[in-house]
Amino acid sequence: MPQKQQPKAKANQSVERKRSKRGEDDLTDTGDAAEPDDWMQTKALVKPEDQLDLTDAELKEEFTRILTANNPHAPQNIVRYSFKERQFKQMSSVDQLAIHFSLDGNLLHKESEEARRQLNRYGKQSQDSEDAPEIKEATSAAAGITAVDEGGDEGAADGEAKEDAGEDGAAPTVPKAKVRSVEKKLTNQFNFSERASQTYNNPYRDRGTVTEPPPRASFASNVTQWEIYDAYQEDFEKQEKTKEKKVVPGRKDEGRTKKKFTMSESTSDDITRIESAAKIVERMINQNTYDDIAQDFKYWEDVSDEYRDQEGTLLPLWKFSFEKAKKLAITSVCWSPMYKDLFAVSCGSYDFMKQGNGLIIFWTLKNPSFPECYFETDSGVMCLDIHPQHPHLIAAGFYDGSVAVFSAVEKKEGPIHRCTAKNGKHTDPVWQVRWQKDDADNNMNFYSISSDGRICLWTILKNEMIFQDVIKLLLPDVSAEGPDGIKVPTTGCGTAFDFHQQKDYLFLVGTEEGKVHICSKSYTSHFIDTIHAHNMAVYKVCWNKFHPKIFITCSADWTVKIWEMHDPMVKHDNNENRKPLFSFDLNNSVGDVAWAPYSSTVFAAVTSDGKAFVYDLNINKYEPLCEQMVAQKKKTKLTHVEFNPTFPIMIVGDDRGCIVSLKLSPNLRKMKAEKKGAPPPDEATKIQREIEKLDKILTMVREQPT
Amino acid sequence: MAEATEEKKADSDSKRVHTYPLIRHSDMNDEMKTEAMELCVTACEKFASNNENAAKMIKDTMDKKFGASWHAVVGEGYGFEITHEVKNLLYMFFGGNIAIILWKCS
Repeated sequence: MPQKQQPKAKANQSVERKRSKRGEDDLTDTGDAAEPDDWMQTKALVKPEDQLDLTDAELKEEFTRILTANNPHAPQNIVRYSFKERQFKQMSSVDQLAIHFSLDGNLLHKESEEARRQLNRYGKQSQDSEDAPEIKEATSAAAGITAVDEGGDEGAADGEAKEDAGEDGAAPTVPKAKVRSVEKKLTNQFNFSERASQTYNNPYRDRGTVTEPPPRASFASNVTQWEIYDAYQEDFEKQEKTKEKKVVPGRKDEGRTKKKFTMSESTSDDITRIESAAKIVERMINQNTYDDIAQDFKYWEDVSDEYRDQEGTLLPLWKFSFEKAKKLAITSVCWSPMYKDLFAVSCGSYDFMKQGNGLIIFWTLKNPSFPECYFETDSGVMCLDIHPQHPHLIAAGFYDGSVAVFSAVEKKEGPIHRCTAKNGKHTDPVWQVRWQKDDADNNMNFYSISSDGRICLWTILKNEMIFQDVIKLLLPDVSAEGPDGIKVPTTGCGTAFDFHQQKDYLFLVGTEEGKVHICSKSYTSHFIDTIHAHNMAVYKVCWNKFHPKIFITCSADWTVKIWEMHDPMVKHDNNENRKPLFSFDLNNSVGDVAWAPYSSTVFAAVTSDGKAFVYDLNINKYEPLCEQMVAQKKKTKLTHVEFNPTFPIMIVGDDRGCIVSLKLSPNLRKMKAEKKGAPPPDEATKIQREIEKLDKILTMVREQPT
Repeated sequence: MAEATEEKKADSDSKRVHTYPLIRHSDMNDEMKTEAMELCVTACEKFASNNENAAKMIKDTMDKKFGASWHAVVGEGYGFEITHEVKNLLYMFFGGNIAIILWKCS
């Protein structure tokens, strides 16, 4: 035992020595393990200063060391309570095992069986991407090995420190292994869905545009003291001037505004100020009220016309009546040449016993409730005409024989011109007036015809109206006896005239004796031709709108007649008793007749028994296409009729101051069917066709007599 | 400068000297024009004896207010030929003897 103990003590001694050698920092407590000194000696690189110097004898001294399997630190005297013997007993057997360092290696040799298996498992991965890490692993593993080896060699005392050092190398291998194990987690093969996904990343592109640079301009100048001085001088003068100017116009402006103010004060009272607004509202209300009529006017076509060949109808549309005109007769109607919906009517009385005041009224189709404007006159207005170029000017003839010109635009109640007894006033009622083309001096002029037998030309100069007798209707063969036995030449009583559309000089005159004279402006006392047309007063003569030789007359003798003007060069024997081309008996006094503007063969007539007739010679040469009662009351006489130049309507006036507008049904305005696909004919060919159409009918009639 | 003052004196002796800002040429809008003009006046009054500083102040202030790259020239006699961005030019006189050209061009 002592033998045994000695080396132990020695060992302890050596340990002690070593401890002192390494100092305090070496805290590892080690047991036996291999003596480092032997190892160190071979190297003998470092010799600590405090190393004992031993003599050779001492060095050669042999120490016999016996290694035992006993743990020197293991407690020798463990006492445990034995329940069997009911006392503490020393344990005989003591665990002598002491583990100083353990390290589980996970390094494989590349060519080992397991490494090969692993390689197979990771296959390609290890080949291409993990080639380098594998090698690294291997190297680090190698480092780990060496470290461990060193630790092992140096002794367990350094084990922990070595492990720390080795961690640098070994640590990366551990997480690697972990990662690998995570990656290799087995998936549920029956119900597996991979969560992660990666979308396709759109590639980034650069795109550039060049904007226009801001616009630039160049400017150059020179600065000198004198230029600066001049500029100031100039500017100063300007300022002075503007100051002066400002003072002057300031006063003027004040004056003007004052003037304006007074003007507006004097002219615009409350009513005129709202006039335009009121007019708009009035129109709106009328549009609502008469909406159905407006719809009819525009869109209604008599469907039944398709089943009737030679008949048509007139659809009454608006009815125009004015309180002040209630007791007056409509003596003439005239559409405005400018506004398609505007027309003027004159009101007077045909009754010699009941003469009174007169009216000129402007109506528009848009407002049947109240006239657009009107003029009141002291005498009955028997006729009017709107100037074709200046639609605001109206010429009017009165029952008292005077003529006048009214202007619709001037805010003047009375006429702008009116003749008096001094300057050429007619002595009998004026039955018709008609504007003519401006004369050579560009003065406006019009003609008038009256029962006194004169046809006058009125020329409007600046401030006055001068007259000129164009023709006197003398009755050559008859002369009346004066009270003193003087022969007084009797005059014919003109009642109607109409001017030829192409030949300026040519015009027709209808007389109360029933004669129709074809006259020329050039011959004041001579007629080109005279026809004994009617047995009673001729109420209207009218040239055909298309055919230059055809005209129509109507008379109180119940007839409407169509005539052809003979060539004046050819002498006819029985001019006086010539027969008309057509004669229609309407069974009552015919007040007015009018050719349609759209056809050479269509005309309308109105009679005193309240009927309107529409004829189309092209369809029926003997009977009217339409004979319709228009007047509301039985006794109402129709006095005048006029077609609208554009719309398929006509207006009819009666002797109670009332006007009715009538829409012509499709049969009444049937035109010659155009060939399909043919281009629409121009105006000239249209006129030509209309003339041909009428001529064709006339040839049949012309051959009939003789 | 001495000459200028002499001139001034001579002017004031003979006629009146005008010192108000006088815009000779400008294509700026009115708002910008008045602002620039006032700025020029302040700068020239502040640095009455140092045109360089005045020009610097004008340029810096304009840069701050209306964006970079303004140029200003302040002086009593010089000639110039410049290219400027449209609507960014002011050419004015001030104080009776100073001409200021201010423009933007980047």
